[in-house]
Amino acid sequence: MSTKARIPHWADVTLVPLVSIALAFVISAVLIWAIGESPWDAVKMMVEGAFGSSYGWGYTLYYATNFIFTGLAVSVAFQARLFNIGGEGQAALGGLGVALVCLYIPWPHWSVALVAASIGAAVFGAAWAFIPGYLQAKRGSHIVITTIMFNFIAASVLGYILVNILRPTGSMDPASPRFAPEIALPKLHEMLALVGIPFSRVPPVNISLLIAVGMCFVVWYLLWRTRLGYQIRAFGESEPAAEYAGISPVRITIYVMLISGGLAGMMAVNSVMGEQQRLVLNAVEGAGFIGIAVALMGRNHPFGVVLAALLFGFLYQGGAELALWTAIPRELIVVIQALVILFTGALDNMVRIPIARAFAAVRAR
Amino acid sequence: MDIATIVQVIDSTLRLATPLLFACLAGLISERAGVFDIGLEGKMLIAAFTAAAIAYVSANVWIGVGAAVLASMVLSLVHGVASITFRGNQLIAGVAINFLAAGITVVIAQNWFQLGGRTPSLTGDARMARLQLPFADAVRDVPVLGPVYSGILSGHGLLVYVAFLCVPLTWYMLFRTRLGLRMRAVGENPAAVDTAGISVVGLRYIGVAIGGVLCGLAGAYLATGLSAGFVQEMTAGRGFIALAAMIFAKWRPWHAMGAVLLFGFLEAVANRFQNIEILGVGVPVQAMQALPYVLTVVILAGFVGKAIPPRAVGTPYVKEH
Repeated sequence: MSTKARIPHWADVTLVPLVSIALAFVISAVLIWAIGESPWDAVKMMVEGAFGSSYGWGYTLYYATNFIFTGLAVSVAFQARLFNIGGEGQAALGGLGVALVCLYIPWPHWSVALVAASIGAAVFGAAWAFIPGYLQAKRGSHIVITTIMFNFIAASVLGYILVNILRPTGSMDPASPRFAPEIALPKLHEMLALVGIPFSRVPPVNISLLIAVGMCFVVWYLLWRTRLGYQIRAFGESEPAAEYAGISPVRITIYVMLISGGLAGMMAVNSVMGEQQRLVLNAVEGAGFIGIAVALMGRNHPFGVVLAALLFGFLYQGGAELALWTAIPRELIVVIQALVILFTGALDNMVRIPIARAFAAVRAR
Repeated sequence: MDIATIVQVIDSTLRLATPLLFACLAGLISERAGVFDIGLEGKMLIAAFTAAAIAYVSANVWIGVGAAVLASMVLSLVHGVASITFRGNQLIAGVAINFLAAGITVVIAQNWFQLGGRTPSLTGDARMARLQLPFADAVRDVPVLGPVYSGILSGHGLLVYVAFLCVPLTWYMLFRTRLGLRMRAVGENPAAVDTAGISVVGLRYIGVAIGGVLCGLAGAYLATGLSAGFVQEMTAGRGFIALAAMIFAKWRPWHAMGAVLLFGFLEAVANRFQNIEILGVGVPVQAMQALPYVLTVVILAGFVGKAIPPRAVGTPYVKEH
């Protein structure tokens, strides 16, 4: 598009998201002020709650782990200019994969179980993304609509399986039995204890954090160092050009959705295996949707995704503290999330054009 | 299953279809004008909250309905500014609107009423009264006519009748007026409309604004007619079912009515019966809940007649210089 405002690359990846998030925060502050609380105190409490103790850090990192997975999932799809809004359903199915692997196979050690559960989660998530991907590639069904529909179908499927199949007899709770204690994942405090760093034992942050960070490197390598990654990015830049260069749109669309669904599914390793140690009805808790905000803020780059995931981890943990100690409900975070999506995703041009003008003015001088 | 049960199920089908119908027509008009609207859910939600809150405070349901329409239109304006004026991604704008509504309704509800994100229950004039159609009592015992007229058609809130009236109105507006022709043209080929000297931006704003009004009515009925007050996330995916119905109807008003009646019926049946047996096979309630979405995917996949959206939907219009 010729109207795309010209901005130096560094400004595009730093200035635009920072201005967007600043706008989102300013509006949120006005909202906090409007409901009669002090925005300054709220910020202080959030920072204190999320970063003031190893307890807070633990929760922040736990949430961030979820958001890294779902953020990467959305980013990979965005690179091919596909909007995978179905992370929620794919992560739910990933949870089913984790539960089946953990419940029905007696693993000798958590490490083997972790590898198997990761594969199970990725395979189930990828399978759930495959159908929308296939329909988009072969039948031209709009991927946004099909992935939305698949989120709802996933909720129904999971509800049925939990109530009718996985639920232990006599239990009223629509949830699977607990996994064997032998395969409980090591928590961060156990890992840090090995090197002599004390850390709170309470938060559920666990070894999946390392897997999430590892997946960032894998995705970076895949996108920028492999032939498939090049094809994905070329396809995202211009579909006709990619096709002319012999890249098959069908193949790329399906591959991208498989990778994206697999990444979203792997979130369940952290939430289902790492935290709850059983499958519950709403294990994803909206993290699939936060992936959209994380990917938009992180500019679809794994490094950006880590930073954005940390930001949202902070918002989630800080928001929980706010809800605990003030009259500001947790849903304030959903408002901030919405504003971030709005400014970084939809009102991109509103932020970008003034910045581009500023650069043009500086250059002209 | 006796007659009384059937009458009850169809009666509640009409009620459950009403918010879907408003939202479905909202999406239909917006997309006909070339703007994707996956923010139907959020617009309905903010309308539901505003309707309940204002109706409670003013003890007048119609003030609530008016406020709901305004609230929904504010979100439509946000949608329009983002996706028409700033040519942003229409889908992402819709997603943002859904979250904005999900968050802000609870934050404000908690601040105003301290009931954990709900509004107080509506009673008396704050709720939408059920209208008795003329002679409904007189013909109640007449066979066939009685159950259909008195049992099914009579006794709904005014907005139920308005919703079904909107179907011919939408059809007429889109297919028999100049505005409708231009609106459809802007959804198919905005450049042609621009060449004819008609404002693409203006037409798209009109489409999105009408959508806002209709979503406002959808939410208002949900909170004051179908239920008696607002609870967190009370739209519960209805905006997406409406979207599904719109695709199912292939962007045509009369078919949209058929689709929402089908989806409303599925919901009514799922509400009424815990276990459904069809031909001796038990159908789980989750399958009934998932059916609208599955049907939509099947339609989108083009296995049963292809659903082709308006050609320019989703693409911001960039004027050539």
